[in-house]
Amino acid sequence: MLKIADKTFSSRLFTGTGKFSSSALMEEALVASGSELVTVALKRVDVKNNDQDDLLIRLKYPHINLLPNTSGVRNAKEAVFAAQLAREALETNWIKLEIHPDPKYLMPDPIETLKATEELAKMGFVVLPYIHADPVLCKRLEDAGTAAVMPLGSPIGSNKGLKTIDFLEIIIAQSNVPVIVDAGIGSPSDAARALEIGADAVLVNTAIAVSGDPVRMAAAFKIAVEAGRMAFEAKLASPVSHAVASSPLTSFLDA
Amino acid sequence: MHSFNDIFETYNWDEVKGSIYAKTGADVEKALSATKRTLEDFKALVSPAAAPYLEQMAQLSQQLTLKRFGKVIQMYVPLYLSNECSNICTYCGFSYDNKVRRKTLSPMEIMQEVAVIKDMGYEHVLLVTGEDNVTVHVDYFKKALELIRPHFAHISMEVQPMDLEDYEQLTPYGLNTVLVYQETYHREDYKKHHPKGKKSNFKYRLETPDRLGQAGIHKMGLGVLIGLEDWRTDCFFTALHLNYLEKRYWQSKYSLSFPRLRPFSGGLEPKVEMNDRELVQLICAYRLFNEEVELSISTRESPRFRNNIIKLGITSISAGSKTNPGGYAVEPESLEQFEISDERSPAEIARVISQQGYEPVWKDWDNCLT
Repeated sequence: MLKIADKTFSSRLFTGTGKFSSSALMEEALVASGSELVTVALKRVDVKNNDQDDLLIRLKYPHINLLPNTSGVRNAKEAVFAAQLAREALETNWIKLEIHPDPKYLMPDPIETLKATEELAKMGFVVLPYIHADPVLCKRLEDAGTAAVMPLGSPIGSNKGLKTIDFLEIIIAQSNVPVIVDAGIGSPSDAARALEIGADAVLVNTAIAVSGDPVRMAAAFKIAVEAGRMAFEAKLASPVSHAVASSPLTSFLDA
Repeated sequence: MHSFNDIFETYNWDEVKGSIYAKTGADVEKALSATKRTLEDFKALVSPAAAPYLEQMAQLSQQLTLKRFGKVIQMYVPLYLSNECSNICTYCGFSYDNKVRRKTLSPMEIMQEVAVIKDMGYEHVLLVTGEDNVTVHVDYFKKALELIRPHFAHISMEVQPMDLEDYEQLTPYGLNTVLVYQETYHREDYKKHHPKGKKSNFKYRLETPDRLGQAGIHKMGLGVLIGLEDWRTDCFFTALHLNYLEKRYWQSKYSLSFPRLRPFSGGLEPKVEMNDRELVQLICAYRLFNEEVELSISTRESPRFRNNIIKLGITSISAGSKTNPGGYAVEPESLEQFEISDERSPAEIARVISQQGYEPVWKDWDNCLT
């Protein structure tokens, strides 16, 4: 079981709520995914009347935990403010920290993210920051009290898969907090691969929401994530590129 | 201080126009198969040579838009605050020399309009005025924003270009987005269409997006009024402008509009016509050129066109719009800026969007983020 802060998760597939063609379809897909942690952009929901918000109503399942995100903020100050608002409105101290001052590529700002993580952790938030696949930043975030790290696999929404795999492997090798691959996962095989290399979970949105059949695709991701984790636990055999027949360099030692 | 004008001055209208019309099918095919498209590719995509490739462009445009924005369309509505104007613009119903009754909404009237717009379900409002710096100035906007802000999640403005200090003063009042259309990048024609008033200063208008970027505005909207000049050339300059702004003011978001000149009482006939096929070509060309830019369509277009454009690349749409100050509640019969083509209510448009397999999104920003 995956444990982040005080919660345990039997599903290692986290999901998002954007880009679906209707909120009814979103609900059906997220249920099919088996996801227990679903991120919601604060800017999309009506925080003042959250009991009437269509999107939030559709996420009211006992197994679904809400993970409000700060999408739209440009610096640490705005992020802290948004997190406090989310805590008040949605009654959760979990926050997915997204600080992307660049609205074109939505690249996370490492400096502001570290600053905000420090502050929010001190205030008792469970912080899950969206970041570049930067191993040093991950260690700095650990020191700052982050609950997990969420490095990107490739640019968000790009469906390009694990372009950052070499850095993800370093992050996974040295992390003391759960590693969740957050962005760029385009297909169930990408998700399976992330779990195989030891990521604790993945977060998938676009690849499900924009697919031809989001409900089936969500189910496919569910299976892929389970398979990837199982393979990781079963310990993959190392890939070998050629058969090892003789030892020309060391055979002299046998003589 | 460098501005877009420095780049703009290195271009010659006739040369750009010539190079667009010289593009061939081979140039279009190269542009279609590119993974990152350049300004030269954009020229090919808006050129007459791209006409036979329209279906292919539309399919690519749809895919790219889905990837970035998903199956959603943002809903917004204009709120005209004033039709007072000291400019002469040959194509506009609010032009100084046009004999219409002038009106600027009082605080109480603003609230009457707000109530009707809120009832329609809107969370994103676009405030529109003419240009009258005596009555409709920064202090008026501050008061209006104070009144309007508590009721909407997202406030945009389409008013006269202002100084940097003015924009800096307005952002703390909840101003998120500013639209400022160049109308045309043809300098001489611009002068012809704007013979009097502050608007006749081409360069001041051209440099307005620079001031918006410096003021740290969240989003800005660009565009030209299609019908004044050769649309292909004008839209190339829009793309050039966008390219420059994105690199320089990388923390701002951008949106593009492509209003076609609409009739109004006593107004100018378009010099250059753009048909529906060409408008689709332009929308797709913008999308293929820039995957992240928002593309907006207003009630200037016909119901049939709007129904079918939803899936082709646009990201936001207005509905139930009134283009006269007080049009929703105070004075529904007063003279409008232009005749709208699509009279359907916001609820009807939302239904059309859903029927196309898209979700109408009313709220995608929050007051607390501005």
